[in-house]
Formats: sequence, C-alpha cells, structure tokens
Amino acid sequence: MRKFKSINKFTRTGIISYLIIIIGFAVIFPLQQLGLINHSLSGQLVPICTYIVMALSLNLTVGFLGELSLGHAGFVSVGAFSGVIAAAGLQDKIAFEPLRLLIAVIIGGVCAGIVGLIIGVPVLRLRGDYLAIVTLAFGEIIKNVINCLYVGVDKSGLHISMNDVKSLGMENGKIILNGPQGAVGIDQISSFTAGVVLILFALFIILNLVNSKSGRAVMAIRDNRIAAESVGINISKYKLIAFITSSVLAGMAGVVYAMNYSTIVAKKFDFNTSILILVFVVLGGMGNIVGTIMATVVLYMLPELLREFSDFRMLIYAIILILVMLLTNNEKVKLIISNTASKLLNFLAKIIKRKGSADNG
Amino acid sequence: MKKIIKIMSIALVLVMMLAFFAGCKSDTNSGGTGETLIKIGGIGPTTGKAALYGQAVKNAMEIAVEEINAKDGNVKFEVKFEDDENDAEKSVNAYNILKDWGMQILCGTVTTTPCIAVSTVANNDSVFTLTPSASSTDVIGGYPDADGNMTIARKDTIYQMCFSDPNQGTASAQYIKEQNLGTKIAVIYNNSDAYSTGIYQKFQAEADKLGLEIVSVKTFTDDSDTDFTSQLTDAKNAEADLLFLPIYYTPASLILAQAKQMSYAPKFFGVDGMDGILSLENFDTSLAEGVMLLTPFTADATDELTVNFVTKYKDKYGDVPNQFAADAYDCIYALYNACVNQGITADMTAAQISEKLIAEFSSSDFTFSGLTGENMTWSTSGEVTKNPKGMVIQNGVYVGL
Amino acid sequence: MTFLSNLINGISLGSVYAIIALGYTMVYGIAKMLNFAHGDVIMVGAYASYCTMIYLGWHPLLSILFSIVVCTLLGVIIEAFAYKPLRRAGSLAVLITAIGVSYLLQNVALLIWGSTPKVFTSVVNFEPLSFFGGKLTITAESIVTVLACIVIMICLTLFTQKTKIGKAMRAVSEDKDAAELMGINVNTTISITFAVGSALAAVAGVLLCSSYPTLVPTTGSMPGIKAFTAAVFGGIGSIPGAMLGGILLGIIEIFSKSYISTSLSDAIVFAVLILVLLIKPTGILGKKITEKV
Repeated sequence: MRKFKSINKFTRTGIISYLIIIIGFAVIFPLQQLGLINHSLSGQLVPICTYIVMALSLNLTVGFLGELSLGHAGFVSVGAFSGVIAAAGLQDKIAFEPLRLLIAVIIGGVCAGIVGLIIGVPVLRLRGDYLAIVTLAFGEIIKNVINCLYVGVDKSGLHISMNDVKSLGMENGKIILNGPQGAVGIDQISSFTAGVVLILFALFIILNLVNSKSGRAVMAIRDNRIAAESVGINISKYKLIAFITSSVLAGMAGVVYAMNYSTIVAKKFDFNTSILILVFVVLGGMGNIVGTIMATVVLYMLPELLREFSDFRMLIYAIILILVMLLTNNEKVKLIISNTASKLLNFLAKIIKRKGSADNG
Repeated sequence: MKKIIKIMSIALVLVMMLAFFAGCKSDTNSGGTGETLIKIGGIGPTTGKAALYGQAVKNAMEIAVEEINAKDGNVKFEVKFEDDENDAEKSVNAYNILKDWGMQILCGTVTTTPCIAVSTVANNDSVFTLTPSASSTDVIGGYPDADGNMTIARKDTIYQMCFSDPNQGTASAQYIKEQNLGTKIAVIYNNSDAYSTGIYQKFQAEADKLGLEIVSVKTFTDDSDTDFTSQLTDAKNAEADLLFLPIYYTPASLILAQAKQMSYAPKFFGVDGMDGILSLENFDTSLAEGVMLLTPFTADATDELTVNFVTKYKDKYGDVPNQFAADAYDCIYALYNACVNQGITADMTAAQISEKLIAEFSSSDFTFSGLTGENMTWSTSGEVTKNPKGMVIQNGVYVGL
Repeated sequence: MTFLSNLINGISLGSVYAIIALGYTMVYGIAKMLNFAHGDVIMVGAYASYCTMIYLGWHPLLSILFSIVVCTLLGVIIEAFAYKPLRRAGSLAVLITAIGVSYLLQNVALLIWGSTPKVFTSVVNFEPLSFFGGKLTITAESIVTVLACIVIMICLTLFTQKTKIGKAMRAVSEDKDAAELMGINVNTTISITFAVGSALAAVAGVLLCSSYPTLVPTTGSMPGIKAFTAAVFGGIGSIPGAMLGGILLGIIEIFSKSYISTSLSDAIVFAVLILVLLIKPTGILGKKITEKV
C-alpha cells in the first residue's frame, strides 16, 4: 500500500480509474448476460458509460483548462448526428456491427473535432463568463441548425437539404434525419461493451494528455495564465489542443449514445443537457477523474431511484443537488462531514475486522 | 479531495445497493398477489415543459381503470405510470422500470419522440403498445411518404388511438377545400416539434394537390414560443384570410391574443392539439370566437359518456380534461374490450397477450366506440380509422360544423 | 410600414428582455455570480400576481406590489440559504447551486399550480394606439413595458450612483476585500442586491405575462436565458448596457424572424452575440478590465 502511494499522483489516478471501470465491467457484464440484473439497471448501462465520457471530456475543458463551457452538448450532438448518418450510410456496405459502430464513432469524433476547431479558434480568445456565454450560444446554434437539417440515403448515395424531405429529391430511399423530427429508425448497435471500451479509450487519451508536456502547459495556463505566457507557453495552441480533444471525445460519446436509441432529436442536446454534464463534473471535483466517474454514476441513477416519490421526484432531486453543493463546498460543513465520514469508515473497518476475526475464531 | 472521493464512493455503493434491491423487490411482486390484475404501464411527461400532456393521460388512465375494476368482470387492471420528462432516454428508462414491475401491456407513451424510441424497444420485446397521443407515423413505422421514402419499418405490436399526423394534415386540407373556408392560407407551425411539423408537411402536400393557395408559412421553436408578432405580420401582409395552426393550444392562445392586438382577424383553423383552449384557466373565450378545428373530442359534448367522464375528471383533478385525457380513457377501454373478447388473463406473458391483442385489434370485427369517436377500427398498419369532427367555437362553446 | 411595425414589435419584446436583464446584471455586477434561478423568480412573481388578481380580486397595482414583496423575500431567502454559504467557494459551485434552485422553484410551482397553463390578465387596460388607419398598431403593453424599462433604468442608475447603499454596492463590485476594509458590510450589501434584483424580477414577470399571457411553471426559463444573453451582449454589470442589450436582442430576433428565417432566428441571435463578443470581448458597453499581474 505504501508503495502504491509513492507512485506519481497521475499514474495513481490512472490506475485507480482504469481499475474502477474494468472491475465494474467484469462484475456487471456477466451478471447482465445471465439476466441477473433488472431491466432498469441494464438499460441504464450504455447511457451511463456515454455520460461518463461526456463528463470526462468536459472535465478536460473545465477542470484542466479552467474554462467554463456551457455548450458541451453541442459537440455531443454533432458527433451523434454525423455518426448516425455514417452508420446509416454504411448499413448495406458493412454488415459487421462492431466495425460499423467503430467507423461511426471515428467519423463522429472527427466531425465534432472539426466543429471544436472552428469554434475554439475565435472563442478561446475570450475569458471567464464571456467564454461561457459564447459556448452556450454555439451550443444553441448547433441545435437550431441540426433542427433544420434533412438527410436521406438511397441507391445514388447521401442527400442533404436544409428545407424539407421533398427537396432531398430521392425516391424509395431511407430518410435518416428528418429535421425537427430527428433521426428515426437508428439501428441500435451500441452495447455496454462498446461503452466501456470508449471510457477506457477516453481515459487513455485524457491521462496521457494530462501527463504530457502539453498537459502540464495546459494546467500552467489554468493556474496562472500570465505567468505561463511569460515563460513562453503558446497559450492559444495548448488551449486549442485541450478544447479539441475534449470535443472529439464528446462527439464519440454522442455516437455511442445515439446508437443506443432508435431515435434522437436535436432538442435533446440543448442547454439543459450541457448543464447536466457540467453538474457531473463540478460535483465530481474539477480535474478529478475518479470523482467525475463516480459523480456521473450516482447522479445519473438518482432520478431513476427517486421514482418511488412520483410527483415529488424532481423536487427531491433539486433539493439533493443544492444540499450536496452546499455540503461539499462549505468549509465548515466539509470539515464536519469528512470527520464523521472517516469516523464512520473507521467504525466500519473495526466491525469488519471484528467480524472477520470472529469468523476465523 | 480524497475525503470527497471517500464520500462519493460510499454514496456510489449505497446507490448501487438500492438499485439492486429495488430490482429484487419488484421481481418478487410480479409473482402474484391474491387478485389477478393485468398490469398496464403508462409513460409520459409529468414534469417539465410538456407536463400538461402526461398528467392528463395519467389522470384519465386512473379514472378508466377505477371504473373497470369496479365492474363485475373477469378482466381487471392495475396501472402504473412513470414520468419521462418528454425525453427519449428517460422514456426508455421508464419503460425498463415498468418491465421490472411486470408490465404486460403498455399504454403510451404520450409524446411523439419518446414514443418512437420506446415503441422500438417494446416491439423487440413483443409488448403490445397502444399509444393514446403519439401521432407521428414513425411511432407505428412502415409508412412511406409520397416518394416512397421510409424512415423506419413497421413495428408490429404498436397501435395508435389518436389520428396519425398525415391523417390530420390531409383531412384538414380536404376540409378547408370542401367547405371553401379560405382562398389565401397562412400557416404557423412549431418547427422544433415532430407533431406539428408532421401535420404541416402533409397539409402542404395535400394543399398542393388540391390547388389551395398557401401564401405564408412561418415557424417557431420551443425556445421562442411567446412572440408571434413577426409571423402574424407576415400573414397579415400576405393578406391571408385563413390561418392554419397545426400546434398545441398553449402557443395557439398566444397567437389568438396577439392577432387581436394587431387587429388582424382571419379565420383560424386548428387540429386536435387546439382542443383545450377553452378550458385554459382565465382564458378570454371571445378571442377564440369563430376558431375552427378538426378534433375527435370536445369536453363540451353532451352525450352521456363525455358528460360522465368530464364530471369525474373535474371532481377528481379540478381541471377540464383535454383530448389527451380522452384518448387515454379510450385506450384503457379499448384494451379492456379486447382483453374481454380474447379472454386474456393476468397469468399470461406479455408476448402471449401481445399476440392475442394484435389479432383482436387488426381484425375487422373489432370496433370501438368511445369518447373520441364511434366505431373506430384498426388495421395491421397500427393506424386508427375514425372520423374527425369539424368544430367551431361560438359564444365560448364548441358547435359542430 | 412592415419595417416600422417590426421595429416596434422588436423594441417591445426587447424591453421585456431588458427588464429581466437588469436584474441579472445587478446580481452579476455585485455578487459576481450567474444567477440562473432569476428566470424562475420571474415565474413566481407572475404567479403571485396572478393569484391575488384572479382568486382574490385585487387591483392590478396592488397585486404587482404583492408580487414585488413575495419576490424580494424569495430572493433574500434564496441568497441566505443557497448562495451565502458558498461565498468563499468557486464560482462554479454557486452556478450549479443556482441551477438547483431553478429546478426547485420550477418543480414547487408545478406541484402548487399544476401543469395547465394559466392565462394572465393584462395589468394594462388601455386601448392599443393605432396609426395610418390601422396599418400600424402599438399595443398598450409595449408602451407600458418600454416606459417601465426606462424608468427602472433611471432609478437604478440614480440608486447606484447617489445613495449610500448604491455606493456600497459599487464598492463591493469593484473590490470585495477593499470594500470590507472600508467598513462596508459585504453580506448585507449582497443581500440588498438580491432583494433589488428579485423585486425587478417581479415587475418583469408581470410585464412579461401581460404581453405574452400564458403562465406555466417553465415560463421564466427561456426568457431568463435570453435575458442573460442580453446582459452579456450589452456588457454584463452595466445598467445601461443591460437595457441596450435587451432591446437590441429583441430587435434582432424579430428582424431575423421577419426577413431571414423563423426557424433559424435563435441561431442568428446567438451568432450576432458571438460576433459582438469577438469584436468587443466585454460587450457593447462593458468596461475593459485591465489585468493586474
């Protein structure tokens, strides 16, 4: 244990996060295959995986880069829709589903990355709340534009229009994206395994980035921009690296998310979804990878577990959210909590030890 | 920081345990509790912006089930309604919760986009689904457009109680043409809503065919559904004498108010989403004077069934039921009749029930008369056949056209 | 003529945004936090006024006063319970709490008043003005809203410039620690700011619902976000900026709806916002912040 603590902090976080995901997968996957998990939980696995990746990628912007983004769902949206279009276009050409999903994920990631670049270049010049509002604005623009997009596929290939289905000018084809009615008839090829692989990939990218020269530069910018600039760090470049990586990962998560449902609409990826992801990040701790993963799982499952309260469900969710923010951020309360928590942990440990020795005896 | 992780992990473990227990509990419940009730699940938004529609359906389902269970019949229902916040992802989650509960028939979901997602899953699971109000053809699937383009293949276990969007759009255009209601038509529709866009597209197609002149088409989105002055100005300048509003009644009430402020008074023509406008609390009904709509249900009808339902609904929930509530009420009764005809019992699996119900609903012998129409029939396509009633608002009440 | 009526519609919509934005900007300027619950305080204000007017039959002016009292109290309570304990925490923690408060208010409203829309009775009862033989009409609501907006702006400016509390507010907004050293009670000042901001929200709610008379628990959320955009547009923290930003936003929205595309109007509004911020990173009337090393 002491040896473990002596390892570099980043490596340690890395090992812990990989372990959490792998163990989680190793426990849940067989249970799911054997049908031992109820439908509710098993239905939430894919969205949880994708939300983890969305939160991890946002954590790169908010936690490591220190810039507030309120339009993260926009990148998810770009990835989701381009991935869906790609997958639908390839449906007849590639029969092997995982390969089709992989290609869709890559295309979704690339498209989201391109949008991230287009947005990042002008936006990252701004700072603080102004950057936040511009990302919010971009998120809304993406939503509105996709809402007007019509895409279809027939024998002669892809058709795209901004007006209506008719102007696609195709016959006996398949409408992939039907404007505000969204993408309908998506082939549901996502799976829990794909979600876990995506998390591992995201962790790999993020941990390597954070642990690299670029990552240290990014964090230096966050901690003191002026000092970082004065030692010759190219601010725009490193900001852009982090921002684009974040959008690529968000886009990939979007693809896996979208392919889990038979329909998605642009409206889904609005300001509220951006906020939801941000809540996961803030609650998990800025720049804290393990915390983000856990916060996502807990907060995602919470509203589902509160269904017993029917009409009061969202009310209770709101109260819990406020209380948790107050409890984790108020110095005095934090002290009390951590004291009781460690006391509780010690107490539990004692009981377990006692029980263990009793069992042995 | 480490302390926080500790706390979080405790929370995580607790949540996981809760989730597993919740699952176990419901599994044991489905075994059998003395009385044998057929389990009907309902899904719809009861919170958020679309809460209005989900709550109406939930309330009406409860009334219908109460009535049925008070009868001396063999078929009795148990209903559980879950919230989906009008979101496809939450809706699938709600569906899974209901499945754990042991749902045998699904009456839902209420809104279109979530229903498309849930109906696909329900179809894969062979759960019979009768949606009260999700009107898009993507819900039932297998509906090519004029050029033969398809979005999604037919989902065999999915049936609709409400009119499908094309049905309404086409019927509206035909009605306007037949009754010669307007020469220059303007349309305002919700471009971020599947229901509204679906009706508009079919309306436009049919209007082109019939040679109706559409002079102005303007849209709005859910994010900008308060100010309609520019859309109305456009219609006014185009001298439209009929304004077609394939939208829900909340924005429609604003359009009516703003048109009056602008002293613009065309004829207004709505669809079934318009019903409910008169029951808005504190609504100045003079604004809706002369508004026409095609709707299968009006709360002001004087037949015994409607009066009975409306009175019960008002007593229990304080509001006047809208068309969503009426559709849901009909859904439960249609399911009841079908279950009685097929001799369905609570010990059958969802798939067995589904098979029987499909046979019943798609047979030409099965007709149903309820709040929203007489002698409704269904075909294997899942669409309902019923006659819309043309209504016009006069002196604050609906009058048949 | 169309141009003129569009312009008037734009100004009328914009002045509603402007009043909401004034509340946003006050709170942001002094407490340095994005109060996302502001839109929902507006909704509560509108419901308060609605209930007293319809159920109790109060005079409209009396009901506005009542709703101001309700919102002021609500604002102070929210600040005391949800934001004050986080004074020393990061700005993001406060942001998330504000979102939590927003969810809370919406869901409480849903439980109390239900999901069925209520139709608000306009508090303004005069006839619309009509020009050029009915070709151009200006509604009474727009006139009152624009006037209210101007009056509120002038009052706020005088309040912050001339009164002792106003000066304290400006001092806190410049430098919290220095203000504290000068003997200003920062906590009280921020509480007063929330009280003023929430009182404005009540007025905004009543005027918003007079112009656009459907009232549901989510009424405040979208105007809230747009008003926030307006506040940034004009330069957040600046009182005339909020007014200017609100009105410009309204005009751009109506014009893009009329002349470009109704379905892309929101996208256009946000695109203009981005352009303005790229050219002038602190908004139209925003102060340039010089950095201290």
